[in-house]
Amino acid sequence: MSFIVQRLVKMVVVLLAIVVLNFFLIRAAPGDPALVMAGEAGASDEIFVAQLRERFGLDQPLPVQLALYVKGIATLDLGFSFRQQMPVADLIFSRLPATLLLTLSAFAISLALGVLFGSLAARRAGSWSDTLITVVALVFYATPLFWVALMAVLVFSVTMGWLPAFGYETVGAGLTGVARLSDIAQHLVLPATTLGLFFMATYARMTRASMLQVSRLDFVKTARAKGLGEGVIQRRHVLRNALLPVVTLAGLQAGTLVGGAVLTETVFAWPGIGRLMYEALLQRDYNLLLGIFVVSSAMVLIFNLVTDLIYRLVDPRIEIKA
Amino acid sequence: MQTRTLTGFIATFGLATLVTATALAQGKPGGVANAIIQPEPPGLMLGLVQNGPTQMVSGNIYEGLLRYDAKLNPMPSLAESWTISDDGKVYTFKLKQGVTWHDGKPFTAADVVFSTEFLKQTHPRARANMAQVDKVETPDDHTVVFTLKQPFGPFIGVFEVGSMPMIPKHIYDGTDYKTNPANNTPVGTGPFMFKEWQKGSFIKLVKNPNYHVKGKPLLDEIYWHVVPDAAARAVAFETGKVDILPGGSVENFDVPRLSKLKDVCVTGKGWEFFSPLSWLWLNNRQGPTANKQFRQAVMYAMDRDFAKNVIWNGLGNVATGPASSSVRFYTDDVPKYPYDPAKAKALLKEAGYKGEKVRLLPLPYGETWQRWAEAVRQNLQDVGINVEMVATDVPGWTQKTAEWDYDIAFTYLYQYGDPALGVARTYVSSQIQKGSPWNNVEGYSNAAVDQLFADGANAFPDPKRKDIYAKVQKTLVEDVPVAWLLELEFPTITRCKVKDLVTTAIGVNDGFRDAWIDK
Repeated sequence: MSFIVQRLVKMVVVLLAIVVLNFFLIRAAPGDPALVMAGEAGASDEIFVAQLRERFGLDQPLPVQLALYVKGIATLDLGFSFRQQMPVADLIFSRLPATLLLTLSAFAISLALGVLFGSLAARRAGSWSDTLITVVALVFYATPLFWVALMAVLVFSVTMGWLPAFGYETVGAGLTGVARLSDIAQHLVLPATTLGLFFMATYARMTRASMLQVSRLDFVKTARAKGLGEGVIQRRHVLRNALLPVVTLAGLQAGTLVGGAVLTETVFAWPGIGRLMYEALLQRDYNLLLGIFVVSSAMVLIFNLVTDLIYRLVDPRIEIKA
Repeated sequence: MQTRTLTGFIATFGLATLVTATALAQGKPGGVANAIIQPEPPGLMLGLVQNGPTQMVSGNIYEGLLRYDAKLNPMPSLAESWTISDDGKVYTFKLKQGVTWHDGKPFTAADVVFSTEFLKQTHPRARANMAQVDKVETPDDHTVVFTLKQPFGPFIGVFEVGSMPMIPKHIYDGTDYKTNPANNTPVGTGPFMFKEWQKGSFIKLVKNPNYHVKGKPLLDEIYWHVVPDAAARAVAFETGKVDILPGGSVENFDVPRLSKLKDVCVTGKGWEFFSPLSWLWLNNRQGPTANKQFRQAVMYAMDRDFAKNVIWNGLGNVATGPASSSVRFYTDDVPKYPYDPAKAKALLKEAGYKGEKVRLLPLPYGETWQRWAEAVRQNLQDVGINVEMVATDVPGWTQKTAEWDYDIAFTYLYQYGDPALGVARTYVSSQIQKGSPWNNVEGYSNAAVDQLFADGANAFPDPKRKDIYAKVQKTLVEDVPVAWLLELEFPTITRCKVKDLVTTAIGVNDGFRDAWIDK
């Protein structure tokens, strides 16, 4: 228990450091939100720019702005988005369901296919199927995500007409219940698969390498000597022991799920947090950008803790100490 | 007294207008319009937010006192007639009877007075225009009288919905405008009412059943789809998910391909009021660009026909000077700068240019602008100018131009139909204000030009203005404070079944009042 408390305290310190660092990093980039908004208006004057600065507190000295922001965070107030004209927390949480649906689906696809193909490749190491799996995985990993996404749209939406090209659901269709869920699922197929295939490669290669390493260890030889079937050996002895690095990787990726997938969300017009972050960056929407960083950093920290706890479940020999 | 009533208007524009009006009235009611909006607007309260996407959506919700035809002649909207006094100082508007806000409250002259005060606080262009006004009076509920401090030539041209949207007094009076909850559920008098906004996905507007123009609007609903990627927007159109791509929705190189699709119509109309003109800011303060001969060399060095024909796929026109040809009082009787590299080289020699590095700032608005910057760099290098391209994103570009940290920078601006509204701000000395990105950024200062622009704004009637603006255009083209590029054209691409979408000088920004779908 003290392990968890200690980790929680450390998490708060790390989170604070992230807030302070990002606060200054964002402001170090050229351009400020008042000028961007004045520019978007197509005509501006000094009064207009000054009004915007005052309204968003940008006329205050930097330390004051930082103090006010940290005070807000302490009370779970992530501030107000300059450009979207909404509280940051509302914006993030309104986009969270779409982002989680996309990233969790992609995560599940990548993990399931990655482990499946990785173990298949390991069992048939050196065969043509091993080569095929390795090459295909590498191709998906090496190809730019946006290009795969555009090609998927071209083939499955424009040419075949099988799947919707963009969006979260059919706008204006007025669907409810199962029909709506089915509609959302159809819209999810292309973005989730595109994103999933990208990450699948990592899991496949990691699983393959780890299984090959584990299969050379003595306890596997012992299992064979005991006369256990090859399938049982691979599943219960090799795969289980080989999964530790995969769990580590999955834990790291899981933490970033909330941050969304900028490219996938942009190409497929998926209304998630990744797109929100990208737009906030282009518009120098400081509060929104910081808010997304805070939430996604917090999620990374939490998932790191959860990963440590899962280690013990996967391999009971690992002892968690404070 | 110069009187321009509705009757007079119809007589002036005669049969053609009547035929058009009859054709517009024959549209079929019903249907849903699906259009692209990009980027997603920050808000829909047009009195507070004036960026392009906000205008495009909210032009359906709000209205101005007037609309303008393609020749920029005023047409009735919330005002059904108007008169201008002989001295050009008193503008009297008769408001239409029976107009109501979307919440059912009547629209009256008090709303016009309130809107004037509201916009003076929140709207930079309205603030500048209304600064000319001495007083606004309301003799009765349906009459508004603007008395100007002095004649202001373009005044009758400042009442379209984007420049002067009417704001409901009963909702905003006595409140903090910027935090009023009604900003999230905008209330106007327009043909469509706000219904729903799923941020990141779509905005839904529905027909205003009590709209003050009989038989309008014809559409039942409008969906504005938010699709952030230009290629995905083209796909959305190709796959039939959207039927309307407002100008600038897709990259220029996609326009010819989409235009050739079956049942697709394209129009360049609907930009006459904005008349977007592109140019290169040339920093007049320092470095090689401070030299007039160097600036003239830049003009001769650029192959602007190539830019038009190849980069812009033949859209638009090569600019002749500071005013676009659709701006009032435009003249092409100015010095000419054809593509002539030899002349450019000679001028550079005369200017004493020794190969100093010149920073070129492209406009970070996508692939078309990047390609254009590369073509200009090539042109300038061909005549011996040492060009360094500086990459930025939009905030970086905005800051660098606003802080005058550049040598040459791409830009384009709207001109709002009149030199006093959208041209003067780029050249008069009073608009040299560091920190603001859309004024006299190049730092050009010429007392004669300042005086001519001041005289032009306050001269009345039009013939006097014409002479003044002819002089100022000639002077500017001789001085080359900036290097003019193209009069831009942003084609609106639609499925041909969408009819009467663009019927005024601000096109899709004027709302879909007349639009209908031929089912």
